[in-house]
Amino acid sequence: MTQTGTRFPAMLANLNTLLSRYGESMMWLARYMERIENLARILEVTEAFVRNPDGSPGWDSILQINSDEERYAALYALPATEDNILAFYITENTNPTSIRAMAHMVRENARSARPLISTEMWMQLNIFTQSMMELSTPDIRRNGLSGLCNRIKQDCQTHFGVTEGTLYRDQAWLFYLLGKYLERSDQITRLIDIRYHTLLPGGETFGSQLDLTQWGSVLRSAAAYHAFRRLQPVTTTPANVVGFLLKNEGFPRSLMLNLRQVESTLNALSTHYNLRHQCGPLQERIINLRATLEDQTAEDIISRGLHEYMTYIQDELSALQAEVSVTFWPAAPVITRQKALSPE
Amino acid sequence: MNKPVLQSPNPSATTPSTNSLSALPPAKAAAGIFAAYDTPVFFCELMRRTDEMPSSLRTVRDRLAGFDLSELRHRTSTAETQLYRLGITFTVYSDREAIDRILPFDMIPRVLTASEWEHIDRGVQQRVRALNLFLRDIYHERHVLRDGIIPASLVLGNPNYCEAMVGVRVPGDVYVHINGTDLIRDSSGRFMVLEDNARTPSGVSYVIENRHMMLRLMPDLASGMPLRSVEEYGLKLHQTLCEVAPEGVTDPQVVLFSPGIYNSAYFEHVFLAREMGVPLVEGRDLIVENHRVYMRTVAGLRPVHSIYRRLNDEYLDPLAFNPDSMLGVPGLVEAYRRGNVTLANALGTGVADDKAVYAYMPRLIRYYLGEDPILDSVQTHICAEPEGLAYTLANMDKLVIKPVGESGGYGLLIGSQATQTELDEFRAKLLEDPSNYISQPVIDLSVSPTLCPSGVEARHVDLRPFALTGKNTWVLPGGLSRVALRKGSLVVNSSQGGGSKDTWVMAR
Repeated sequence: MTQTGTRFPAMLANLNTLLSRYGESMMWLARYMERIENLARILEVTEAFVRNPDGSPGWDSILQINSDEERYAALYALPATEDNILAFYITENTNPTSIRAMAHMVRENARSARPLISTEMWMQLNIFTQSMMELSTPDIRRNGLSGLCNRIKQDCQTHFGVTEGTLYRDQAWLFYLLGKYLERSDQITRLIDIRYHTLLPGGETFGSQLDLTQWGSVLRSAAAYHAFRRLQPVTTTPANVVGFLLKNEGFPRSLMLNLRQVESTLNALSTHYNLRHQCGPLQERIINLRATLEDQTAEDIISRGLHEYMTYIQDELSALQAEVSVTFWPAAPVITRQKALSPE
Repeated sequence: MNKPVLQSPNPSATTPSTNSLSALPPAKAAAGIFAAYDTPVFFCELMRRTDEMPSSLRTVRDRLAGFDLSELRHRTSTAETQLYRLGITFTVYSDREAIDRILPFDMIPRVLTASEWEHIDRGVQQRVRALNLFLRDIYHERHVLRDGIIPASLVLGNPNYCEAMVGVRVPGDVYVHINGTDLIRDSSGRFMVLEDNARTPSGVSYVIENRHMMLRLMPDLASGMPLRSVEEYGLKLHQTLCEVAPEGVTDPQVVLFSPGIYNSAYFEHVFLAREMGVPLVEGRDLIVENHRVYMRTVAGLRPVHSIYRRLNDEYLDPLAFNPDSMLGVPGLVEAYRRGNVTLANALGTGVADDKAVYAYMPRLIRYYLGEDPILDSVQTHICAEPEGLAYTLANMDKLVIKPVGESGGYGLLIGSQATQTELDEFRAKLLEDPSNYISQPVIDLSVSPTLCPSGVEARHVDLRPFALTGKNTWVLPGGLSRVALRKGSLVVNSSQGGGSKDTWVMAR
């Protein structure tokens, strides 16, 4: 018996009945939850630790991370103020990258996938998304930004925990993981890119000792501060930080680890669910992408152009997402061969 | 036999638990929460008045009497919070917003004795048999029309009569796979059919969720009672849909076809898909090729054989019916007519649950089955017929007058509760289009004790049992008990201020 046969005996008969729409909903459910958690963390860290040269919080950098400058400028005056940034990223319905808008998307996807997800998942998401959509500016003032962001992070983490503990492991789970790991990969490259260039606008040498608070904030924005400390107790250099966030094999939000997870998720879809044909080109793409990361040190990447490389990764991830969509939920479905053969 | 206890790092962390079930509230003297309960002229589902109280009802009453009101209120609010959190809701749309509402849940169950249920079960089965035979007949030989049992115009001219079904054979000759029969009781406790729901009857999810809520929040009331289970419904529904799959399909793919997440009954669709373990599909998930139906999966198209559809006929297929429907699947009806897929319920069943056809049901039962109806009907005057119209006009203040095409309790007039102006306005509408109306005497609906703001009071209830028909007919023990929460109101519909109760069928 093959390994596949022993591991998934009961599923072989009824392998491929996951609706395309469910696959899509699961993937985006995970992506939006991951994105909300990241945004909450970045908002909190920015308020506390990220400073402009004049000492004020560096709210502008969040716009850059999310490529939101134009959309923001259409709604508010520049330079960004704290009140406007918080409105834009927390309560603004018309901004698709606000927490409220993303919570709405989570809710729609969760409703759509509700026949599939566990009751516990649904109940937690139902309460969470409802409360996010009811958020108002006074709520932010009352609880303080940090209190609010912590609550949001915790709700997201509760979601990931409930999902891990209750969601049935089939294709739906794999599409969910694919979304989660793709989103983490994308988020970490955006964070590194913007923070690095905000902190070293003039292209100072990457080996020098720098403002520890500022570089600590980069790590904190990725929940990486203490992990990094354990690994690099003495020196904090830009290259060390970038290397840790991009290439560390043990840090759950590093680019390397998440690219590996994307790859192993595609492998599982391919072998356990007989989707070799569909997964082949996707696997090839992710293997190539991972190779570019393995073949370079952090110093190589920085000296060759960190921004260019981060942009390249983001483009590749976006292309991968597009290819997943075309492969598994095409707008016009591919007509199966057996029907062309049927005589009627 | 000794079993190792669960490990815990610190033995003192485990404290002996107290069994809350053993601490039943003591039965108070007198009637407890029923002290002020009064049911002037109606038949009370719990207290009875005409015969000696069955022992199962006495136990429920005595246990309930021992509760106190604040405790019941506390549990009610816990139940409502849980219903919101679980998303056991229906969606109401206002101008801009979608609001999730719960169906108000009353903690005091509605109880049916074993013999009452046996009577209902037989009566519902008989009715479903007659409905299916009637539908088969009118879409094929039409004996019933030729024999003059029912006017041909009422059937063939009915807006729900479906031309596309003429001459189409359906598996097992089953048209109404899922039926909901609305029952009421008059002041003597006699069960009567108020209407049939043979299209896409809803509410069954509440039957099962109400039971779960009851067992969670009122364990001290339910403990040890011989309740018939409601857990089987999903399995039976799946089995039914497999039984009526197109001939020759050995391992049928069943799906539930929903209008989608914006439909007010989406929760119920999710619930049923989950209970059956089948995909919930929307129109965009299905595609018809070569008159066969497929669903779009991540691995490509997969054939579909049985569709439990929760859309009305006119939205199913833009090629066959409403061309503007965005919810339907082009080509579905032709695939169905060719026998490549089964729809449950069949197309065109609306003609059988029509309010005017209802008036003929006793005659149809006798005609097709050669039996007397087990369940009585409410005397019905058909305003399309001259004598029916004359009687209705002469007795408006004593009758309930209903438009035949409406559901949900909309557009009806209860003569005894109407003002003179309302009566005059309705008379004008009636004269303008008599064939759109029927009238019935006001039935003194039975009541059930219900937790109200001012205490436990009598409120009117009805009952909708659900019947599944594949190779055989099976009726879910109990059904949805709806309760009109407003004092004196006879309208139990959720859209008109109705709530629901758990329905207990006693096994003995």
